[in-house]
Amino acid sequence: MYLYDQYDQQMVDARVEEFRDQARRRLDGKLTEDQFKPLRLMNGLYLQLHAYMLRVAIPYGTLNSRQMHALADIADKYDRGYGHFTTRQNIQYNWIKLEEAAELLADLAKVEMHAIQTSGNCIRNISSDHFAGAAADELVDPRPYAELLRQWSSFHPEFSYLPRKFKIAVIASDTDRAAMRLHDIGIQIVEQDGELGAAFYVGGGMGRTPMIAPCIKAFVPLDRLVTYSEAILRVYNRYGRRDNKYKARIKILVHEMGKDDFTQAVDDEFARMLDEGIEPPFAELERIRTFFEDPLFETDASEDIDRSDPDFALWVDRNTVAHKASGYVSAVISLKPVGGIPGDATSEQMRLMADLAKDYSFDELRVMHTQNIVLPHVRKADLHALWTALDEAGLGSPNLDTIEDIIACPGLDYCSLANARSIPVAQKISERFAANGKTEALGKLKLKISGCINACGHHHAGHIGILGVDKKGVENYQLLLGGSEAEDVSLAKITGPGFDEAGIVNAVETAADVYLREREKGERFLDTYRRIGMAPFKEALYG
Amino acid sequence: MRILTGNDLKSGAVTWWTGQDWSLYVEDAADVSGSEEEIARREEAARRVNAPYAIDAERHEGRPRPSHIKDRIRALGPTVRPDLTLKPTETDIGTWVI
Repeated sequence: MYLYDQYDQQMVDARVEEFRDQARRRLDGKLTEDQFKPLRLMNGLYLQLHAYMLRVAIPYGTLNSRQMHALADIADKYDRGYGHFTTRQNIQYNWIKLEEAAELLADLAKVEMHAIQTSGNCIRNISSDHFAGAAADELVDPRPYAELLRQWSSFHPEFSYLPRKFKIAVIASDTDRAAMRLHDIGIQIVEQDGELGAAFYVGGGMGRTPMIAPCIKAFVPLDRLVTYSEAILRVYNRYGRRDNKYKARIKILVHEMGKDDFTQAVDDEFARMLDEGIEPPFAELERIRTFFEDPLFETDASEDIDRSDPDFALWVDRNTVAHKASGYVSAVISLKPVGGIPGDATSEQMRLMADLAKDYSFDELRVMHTQNIVLPHVRKADLHALWTALDEAGLGSPNLDTIEDIIACPGLDYCSLANARSIPVAQKISERFAANGKTEALGKLKLKISGCINACGHHHAGHIGILGVDKKGVENYQLLLGGSEAEDVSLAKITGPGFDEAGIVNAVETAADVYLREREKGERFLDTYRRIGMAPFKEALYG
Repeated sequence: MRILTGNDLKSGAVTWWTGQDWSLYVEDAADVSGSEEEIARREEAARRVNAPYAIDAERHEGRPRPSHIKDRIRALGPTVRPDLTLKPTETDIGTWVI
């Protein structure tokens, strides 16, 4: 994984000291809250429902064990012994004190981490495929390109005050595991005539106006990756709306200009920029790439797995994913125990995951946008020992991509923007399906819950989505069906009138039962929905 | 009734104006109807509170209870982590929130 050079470290250290001074001046009364708020937000520090909340960037979701240990230590030293892994591969702490925030950032900097650009109208943490560098189906490892864009976008003076926040995802396989087309810019590394390049999708997003990004350029040579990205940002910065925050995202600009006119504007800007020397030397990309070389996989690693323990076999079937190296898999650690809080991990669990990464996965971990953790490179021969350790710590839930593997935003339990609680709904649904035994029969079923229209829980992209709303001061939940954030991307549609908390749990089971009744061989929930449409579900829900 | 809330500047903790000082407990909140802006301005200027604002509340068993569920959760703590709320041992506190 990428390691800071002296310039990276100096920049981050300097930023910590700058924030230390800003926080001190706020505490001394030399800055008002109005003056201080944009400064703390630039360092990821929000004032949330109960306290200050810090969002720490985890670039493209990649961590080493030292960093995960540091995150655990921070949870104990500055928070209440836990952290929350988010739907953009970051981690959030919910109980931070302003008077300690600078020291926390200094601790983060010691392990080459920070919270810069995790808030504000700037380019946020670049996300990527959580199986990058391990996936059997990838063209190349997408992370060097994500890292190049991270360096380009960090502290970029032209893009520190965009019309609105800006999110970029980079993948390098036809299977989309990063919700690439639901980002402001989605980049897929592709191959054309033996040459690598980037396909650009622009103007996707969730939130109150969900849109799927169209492809505006099918192939940009890699030695123009940064220049083309900058051309897009310049067009957005110039023409994006600043008069209405609800119409300020680039998706609105692409929609209002139309894909063709927007693309023409980008191409015109790109043509003007070619002589400006925007693109970093190709040697820099090559330098970055050296940090992402494959670990020394054993060439004779055994393919055999002793499946005599049925609980272990179930976990292997559900929570391990094909690896490009024979004898290896990527193992997913579920942060979704039945009745648990999706994405939360205690400091003890973080330390265990860090230690297991060191022992079994070449010191590497990944945060999934689905709020689980990946050990990307595990020998099949080590799986039983790994699972045993995880299971003893409550981290062995065999539920990847099942109805119990629910994405849920923090919701009204933590978030000042939320209208309804998400977590209790997730807890009750996972308990319901663990009890009724339908999880196995339902197979792959992605359920996503947001506590408000901002859609941090990706409800538009769930095979089943739930949106919490405020109905005259009472929590109410709308049910949506038919979304996908994968390569078969689609936006879910609302079924009809909403439900109360108990009602939405029943409604999910009703929808699941329609699928079980109507499905044809080999169909996922999403496939059946797409074949039979909304009507049978509405009939069962409201008939 | 109207009650005044904000966050402690240093810790970020949710606080409530009691009439003389700031308390962690919403039950201590005083009715500030008509004077909320003046108190908020004065207390924020003195850095005894951060980002204060007034909310609607009702009397519940003689004590203030915020009218909206968001403010009740804010007053108590996350409903999914009773151990982290201000009243971790009160098992029926959920009915006060919901």
